[in-house]
Amino acid sequence: MARDVHGMVEKRGAGLWLTHVFMILGVLVIFFPIWLAFVASTVSQPEIVSPPMPIWPGDQFWENYSKALFSGVNVPVTTMLFNSMVMAIGIAVGKIIISLLSAFAIVYFRFPGRNVFFWMIFITLMLPVEVRIVPTFEVVAGFGMLNSYGGLILPLIASATATFLFRQFFLTIPDELAEAARVDGARPMRFFWDIVVPMSRTNVAALFVILFIYGWNQYLWPLLITTDPEMNTIVMGIKQMFPSGDDVADWPVIMATSILAMIPPVIVVVSMQRLFIRGLVDSEK
Amino acid sequence: MEKRVTFRGWRLPLLLIAPQLIISVVFFFYPAAQAIWQSLFIPDPFGLSMKFVGLGNFEFLLSDKFYRASFVTTAIFSLLVTLCSMIPALFLAVLADRLIKGSGVYRTMLIWPYAVAPAIAGVLWLFMFNTRVGVVSWYLGQLGYDWNHVLNGGEAMGLVVVASAWGRISYNFLFFFAALQAVPRSVIEAAAIDGARFWRRFWTIVLPLLSPTTFFLLVVNIVYAFFETFGVIHTITAGGPQQTTTILVYKVFSDGFVGQDLGSSAAQSVILLFVVGMLTVVQFKFIEKRVHY
Repeated sequence: MARDVHGMVEKRGAGLWLTHVFMILGVLVIFFPIWLAFVASTVSQPEIVSPPMPIWPGDQFWENYSKALFSGVNVPVTTMLFNSMVMAIGIAVGKIIISLLSAFAIVYFRFPGRNVFFWMIFITLMLPVEVRIVPTFEVVAGFGMLNSYGGLILPLIASATATFLFRQFFLTIPDELAEAARVDGARPMRFFWDIVVPMSRTNVAALFVILFIYGWNQYLWPLLITTDPEMNTIVMGIKQMFPSGDDVADWPVIMATSILAMIPPVIVVVSMQRLFIRGLVDSEK
Repeated sequence: MEKRVTFRGWRLPLLLIAPQLIISVVFFFYPAAQAIWQSLFIPDPFGLSMKFVGLGNFEFLLSDKFYRASFVTTAIFSLLVTLCSMIPALFLAVLADRLIKGSGVYRTMLIWPYAVAPAIAGVLWLFMFNTRVGVVSWYLGQLGYDWNHVLNGGEAMGLVVVASAWGRISYNFLFFFAALQAVPRSVIEAAAIDGARFWRRFWTIVLPLLSPTTFFLLVVNIVYAFFETFGVIHTITAGGPQQTTTILVYKVFSDGFVGQDLGSSAAQSVILLFVVGMLTVVQFKFIEKRVHY
């Protein structure tokens, strides 16, 4: 009987093949834009401007990629990649550090104003940078932080989500550990370094994956505050590579840049898949 | 929930919380207060002084036909993005859930696009539908359909919707897949014994059990469509043609930075703050409710 039920629930034979066929079709459809971009990055400009473009990669791979990386359109892509890397790592590491510290303060201490501060952090959830762009821009300009890494990173660094995540996790740390630390006369910061931080390792790693991608994929903010091409990040810099007016864009180089812009976050997501999924579920729920 | 065991002292915790508070005040609260303040003024044409107009900016906005159109555009856009990213994701997740072997491989293949920035997704789709060199638009031309999203508002909207929904399919897939894996096998098998076929089981048992996930994804995707699709729109259409793809966030940007109309842009920010506030409340009400499931 059990065997029959199993057969009814899990499809076999033709049904199973059909499922695979649909899955593969789905994957192909989702991959198609990336494939085309890759093909376009390996052919020459004349092949693209006389449509339809080829569907299989050509032989211009090195030409296009080296042109993109070392000369680019406004600025070499290596420069933009470096800027993106600084921004993404700066945001991820910065957010994790300030959130660990503030969550530790909120969970392990009773101090005046604790609830007010907690709510202040909570409310920042409701203030995405997109809705306060003009005044935030003015603040950053006032500090003279336009075209600087500080200007790229600091306004995006305060995150209620990460603080909540750590708070939630700290609350599950057994009280006995803090008790023992207190009996031993350990200072709070010693407890933080020796117990809390090592126990949070997995959460920190999962959050790092999510925040790295968040930082890497920022568009509006770098667009506003980096007017100097030398400070452009790769994600916002691609749009700047399109000519204004009627000139034809240098598609092979632009597509090579798009592929280069995808590689770091894709490597992070695919290689740390488990941590990524965990971070995603944790940070959204 | 509170800790029973805490450490004494108040200087240390204040020091620990200070970095986050300072950044929140400088880059969140002050600019938000600034937005509210600026929304009550209009600058004179030379930008030398500000004239207090009370709620004048809001009155003007709410009677402005472009602003009202932008509200409608945002509603249509976010509804379409949500549907176009959730339905294919659910379909793929149901398929993957039916596989005993190999679903991990498909999952790895499907999470890729999540890592692609919205602005890059915009460039990829723009390339496919470009009126001069695009492959898809060329084949459409061969079939006798003259694709031109630069002039046709409907086509422009379709393109930004698909480009925005594309990367989101991965995200929704992951959540649906996890929820499907959590549906108890015994329930499904009981229904199978009673003779319910696959689709009947899906509609009557699986889909209702997925409702918390579905609702959660609805809210999250609407928030995404509202605020995170700026890059897609900026790269593909820049809000055009004739503002048919100008969503609210795009309008804050184009009025504030391109049009330099600070009062109006600030008033729009305040309205958006209100919208985000409501969405956040909905999200939290829902999370509270989920606890009782």
